[in-house]
Amino acid sequence: MSTEAAEAPHPGVGPKGAAILETRAARKEFGGLVACSDIDFVVPERSIVSLIGPNGAGKTTFFNMLTGAYKPTAGEILFAGRDVGGLPPHRITKLGVGRTFQNIRLFQTMTSVENVLVGMHCRLKGGLIRSILRTPGVRREERDALARARELLRYCGLSERVDDEYSMNLSYGDQRRLEVARALGSEPTLLLLDEPTAGMNPQESADFTRFVSQLRDERGLTILLIEHDMKVVMGVSERITVLDHGEKIAEGSPAEIQANDRVIEAYLGSGAAGSAGAGSGATA
Amino acid sequence: MIDKLPIPRWARRAIIPIIIVPLVVLYPEYYTSLGTSQLIPTLSTAVTMTVFVCMAVGLNMVVGYAGLLDLGYVAFYAIGSYVAGWFASTQFASHSIVFGAVGVQSHAIGIHISIWLLLPVAAAMAAAAGVVIGLPTLRLRGDYLALVTLGFGEIIPQVVRNGDNMFGTGFNLTNGVAGITPIDPMGFRYLHGILPFLPDNFLLTPNLDVWFYRVGLLLVAITVFCSIRLRDSRLGRAWVALREDEIAAAAMGVPLMQVKTWAYASGAFFGGAAGCFYGVYQGGAIPDNFKLYISTLLLAMVILGGMGNVWGVCLGAAVLSYLNQQGLGAIGNTINSNFGTNIEITKYEAGLFGLLIVLMMLFRPQGLIPSSRRKAEFDVVKEEHEAAGVVVG
Repeated sequence: MSTEAAEAPHPGVGPKGAAILETRAARKEFGGLVACSDIDFVVPERSIVSLIGPNGAGKTTFFNMLTGAYKPTAGEILFAGRDVGGLPPHRITKLGVGRTFQNIRLFQTMTSVENVLVGMHCRLKGGLIRSILRTPGVRREERDALARARELLRYCGLSERVDDEYSMNLSYGDQRRLEVARALGSEPTLLLLDEPTAGMNPQESADFTRFVSQLRDERGLTILLIEHDMKVVMGVSERITVLDHGEKIAEGSPAEIQANDRVIEAYLGSGAAGSAGAGSGATA
Repeated sequence: MIDKLPIPRWARRAIIPIIIVPLVVLYPEYYTSLGTSQLIPTLSTAVTMTVFVCMAVGLNMVVGYAGLLDLGYVAFYAIGSYVAGWFASTQFASHSIVFGAVGVQSHAIGIHISIWLLLPVAAAMAAAAGVVIGLPTLRLRGDYLALVTLGFGEIIPQVVRNGDNMFGTGFNLTNGVAGITPIDPMGFRYLHGILPFLPDNFLLTPNLDVWFYRVGLLLVAITVFCSIRLRDSRLGRAWVALREDEIAAAAMGVPLMQVKTWAYASGAFFGGAAGCFYGVYQGGAIPDNFKLYISTLLLAMVILGGMGNVWGVCLGAAVLSYLNQQGLGAIGNTINSNFGTNIEITKYEAGLFGLLIVLMMLFRPQGLIPSSRRKAEFDVVKEEHEAAGVVVG
């Protein structure tokens, strides 16, 4: 996919939908360090929103607050109208937030199918006693889950050959895809992707960009991604939020962000504003 | 090693059901014809082996599946034994309750409940203790968890050693260092009437070890069955996932505390049942049996056999408990009589087991029969080392 940077690729689904995720003055401090400073942020339903910013801007910390890995120091995180700030991660996942990780965190010595089945954990019921007895209910549930896991793997573009392969043996691109499949296993309504195209070549990135749009269009997901690849960001996002030093410095459509002086300054340093675009390489 | 032999897959699958199971089940029938060497496991040793296999398979659920290092597993063994002691002896002499017990008068003092009922009760009480111990401690990770479990493994034997005067009230819960003895025997009190070949009291049979061995094998079979079913379940997957990566597991919707507590409780369950059975077999619950040494020995069995692989753990437990119970002494005696030496090899027992573990770690860190997951893990480490130019054994 080439960079049709100026327009949002899906004008039909504008950012006017109801907010599925909203943060109000969300703040995270580590000792004296303010990693996220009072961030107000809205993700409309069925939209694709990107979070960008230089390294160390607080993007992943912000993600970790959204998914419950960190408890916010102050502020509110509303998911589907409910304050989820400080809930344990598995509760937030059950409410419908799925995620992938910046540095792939698959279960390495589990097969692709097993990885997805773990993703489905909170949607399955089989308990201890019934699993030992392997009741007809558990049998049926496991059979259905297995079929669905395979379906998800196909949907994410993984071939049948990798179904029973340990995830550590998968190619890098396949591991990225498997992470998405595993996240989809929990049937999320909001999917958080942390640098999903890191390490991909341009062709793979373009394919992935298409896949993200497809996820929204076909599955009705809302997608929030952290991304460094400006081609991907500009190509797929309807809205972009820019963080720098833990603060939100800009928000808007891709075109607005590209023209924003503070963003250019954050990426390229002061004095660069007006002389270079956000996406081009800097030779300072 | 076993996985390198050129045996076809179907034959390997058939080895356990067709060859090993009959050999094990029929052991009491043929072991006398194996000769008189003291190296041949006696039936008494064989009973002990079944007990340790049960406990090791239970511990494997905690350590091998869920990756929670537990150095205090002996606590559950102790709880199981004391449940047998409390409810099948004269310990609580102010009561007179007899229910299905074997070899006691109907108005005997003390509580006498059928051992068949006590086995699940002991297991459930050990599992409950596992939950109680687990809830505060399982928030810890790795080494910290190991240290706290080590503490509990020491606390419980101390409590039973000093439990003859609980909190200074004079209430005698555990009978102190003397332990609770004797414990009622086992037997098929009711089934004996219908099926006369089932003895009504094991103590009155010509060789009581035969029947204890059979019951021990039954416990092993149940433990192994449950262990495999759990491994292949939703819960078992969650255990592996949290062993691999807690953060990712939590983010995928696995409730860490709950799943860890289940692992701990399931492991404890089988430890409790085995402890109860062993208490009955030995005829008493004695504090000196519940030492830290048992916990480390059980862990060594799991590691030696192959963490995470039920069959490997069975083998590891059988080998080490044999050596511990009989083998080392017999080997020592054989050496002494053949070479005229005078080595008391059993004195070096702990050192020898330590050496065995060191050698295993050097030459076969994945265990005798590793699980395929562990094997994959170690293969990667090996490749990385080789790539870095490090020679691995």
